[in-house]
Amino acid sequence: MLEFLTAFAILIGIYSVFTLGLNVHWGYTGLFNIGVAGFFALGAYAASLLTIRPPSSDQVDDYLYAGDLANRLEGLPVIGALDVWFVAALMAASLVTAAVALVVGTITIRLRGDYLAIATLGIAESVRLVFLNERWLGNGSKGLYTIPRVFDGIVPAQDYDRVYLVVVLVVFAALFLGIRALVHSPWGRVLRAIREDEVTAEASGKHVFRFKLQAFVLGAVIMGIGGALYAFNLRAISPSAFTPLLGTFIIWAMLVVGGSGRLYAPIVGAFIVWGIWSGSQFLPDPLSSPNVRYFSVGVLVVLVLVYAPDGVTPLLSRVRERWTARRRLRRAVAEE
Amino acid sequence: MASAILRVRGLVMDFGGVRAVDNCSLNVDEGSITGLIGPNGAGKTTLFNLIAGFHKPTAGRVTFRGERIDGLPTYLVFRKGIVRTFQIPRELRRMSVLENLMLVPSDQAGESMWRAVAARWLVKRQERAIEAQAREVLEFTGLSEVADIPAEGLSGGQKKLLELARTLMARPRMVLLDEPGAGVNPTLLRRLVGGIRRAREELGITFLIIEHDMGLVMRLCDHVIVMSEGAVLTQGTPAAVQQDERVVRAYLGA
Repeated sequence: MLEFLTAFAILIGIYSVFTLGLNVHWGYTGLFNIGVAGFFALGAYAASLLTIRPPSSDQVDDYLYAGDLANRLEGLPVIGALDVWFVAALMAASLVTAAVALVVGTITIRLRGDYLAIATLGIAESVRLVFLNERWLGNGSKGLYTIPRVFDGIVPAQDYDRVYLVVVLVVFAALFLGIRALVHSPWGRVLRAIREDEVTAEASGKHVFRFKLQAFVLGAVIMGIGGALYAFNLRAISPSAFTPLLGTFIIWAMLVVGGSGRLYAPIVGAFIVWGIWSGSQFLPDPLSSPNVRYFSVGVLVVLVLVYAPDGVTPLLSRVRERWTARRRLRRAVAEE
Repeated sequence: MASAILRVRGLVMDFGGVRAVDNCSLNVDEGSITGLIGPNGAGKTTLFNLIAGFHKPTAGRVTFRGERIDGLPTYLVFRKGIVRTFQIPRELRRMSVLENLMLVPSDQAGESMWRAVAARWLVKRQERAIEAQAREVLEFTGLSEVADIPAEGLSGGQKKLLELARTLMARPRMVLLDEPGAGVNPTLLRRLVGGIRRAREELGITFLIIEHDMGLVMRLCDHVIVMSEGAVLTQGTPAAVQQDERVVRAYLGA
């Protein structure tokens, strides 16, 4: 049970990272990116390709490239003992997604609303198909499966998940604090202005394109880091993990349920949606089939959009306000 | 005679087969409140869009304080000191009135992602100065009481005042107002007229104003330019223009 909860918490942490990135795109800037899976895949493959061990001899023709960074660093004093390669892998994921987002963004950011959505969806599918078809690079549909463990040999195997949970939480906390500082800054104010009315932002003297491109790259980098965390969690990735349904839809569902443009939406949304998604596998047969599970997430999204269009997060803060008000009242009564 | 701050020469704008602005030339004197009138479809708003950098003209040139500005993007025209408002107010609905104004100043340190995170003391100090300026502008336009409510909660007239406030926040040299008086009740209109006059007297701002309400034009403007079918029909003092038979004919479509 504890193992299940740990694994569950790790995935909530990772999905919170993706949703944090999408919140930068859609929640704060109004960039309609429905190609989350593309940046997710790029981050996962970049981090994996840099660090995977070469496959064993009987599978030697599986893939040509193996970065094997952990073993290459092993000979070095101090650095070899620490798992520096993990940080390097996260940086590689960031750099690759940043570079791709910069190019894609420069071309597509000028498109409005639904056109940006079509472009990002197409690009995400292209990324997936490249990894599926270029066997030398991503080993086709079999994917990569010799991704090393963080802290392997440093931490006992039975504690591995708990340690990785801490790693995920630290990365998420760092990203979350950075985003919190940014959205409360004048930079974040410009993004919200763009979300509200691009023309007004332009008439207020802002170089809208530049801000949108910055937000696009930042959100994509966060998604890429999420992809790297995902890869080191499963330690095996294949293109089937990056379909629009699994790589994009579920993250959008988390953002909508949590409350787009709300600071805490990623955590709340990831918890609720992943809870339903993951919990429903224990239900009796017809209810636990994937189609029913997708359907239930879809129903949840519709219910939230109808009854709480600002998401669940504002409801929670309202409940908290009511509690503190009641407590204050009770204290006042007691004092009298 | 004051010198022209803005010169428009032979400006043409085609939208597909429609010529919205057709060889239009005019001057706006520095420190004036100039009215721009004309029947619907005369090309007044298109002319605003061309001056403010929302469209690139098909032909012709616009010079502002001796510099060519036609074809520049909006944010660069803004930096030269020209700010425009919209016929239908475009407030940032879910942001507070104060935030609508604090957005405007250029070159805020906190607009750089890096400094927003790494130089927060500097950003905080600037924010205090910007907020003080915004509160001053709110005082000037009489919006102080609604500073903290979301802009979507303002009345139609207050939104017009917010548009004016947004332009003042930029410390502009010239403001283009697109129908500031439309749909504004008499009390707020008086405040708006007072605000425009004071901005001209105290801050030396030049105004170019599209307006259909002739009473307002008479009261406010010292010079009126009449446009018809994409070009300047005539111009002069408000009284002279009102007497001009060609103006009446243009409005009646005869």
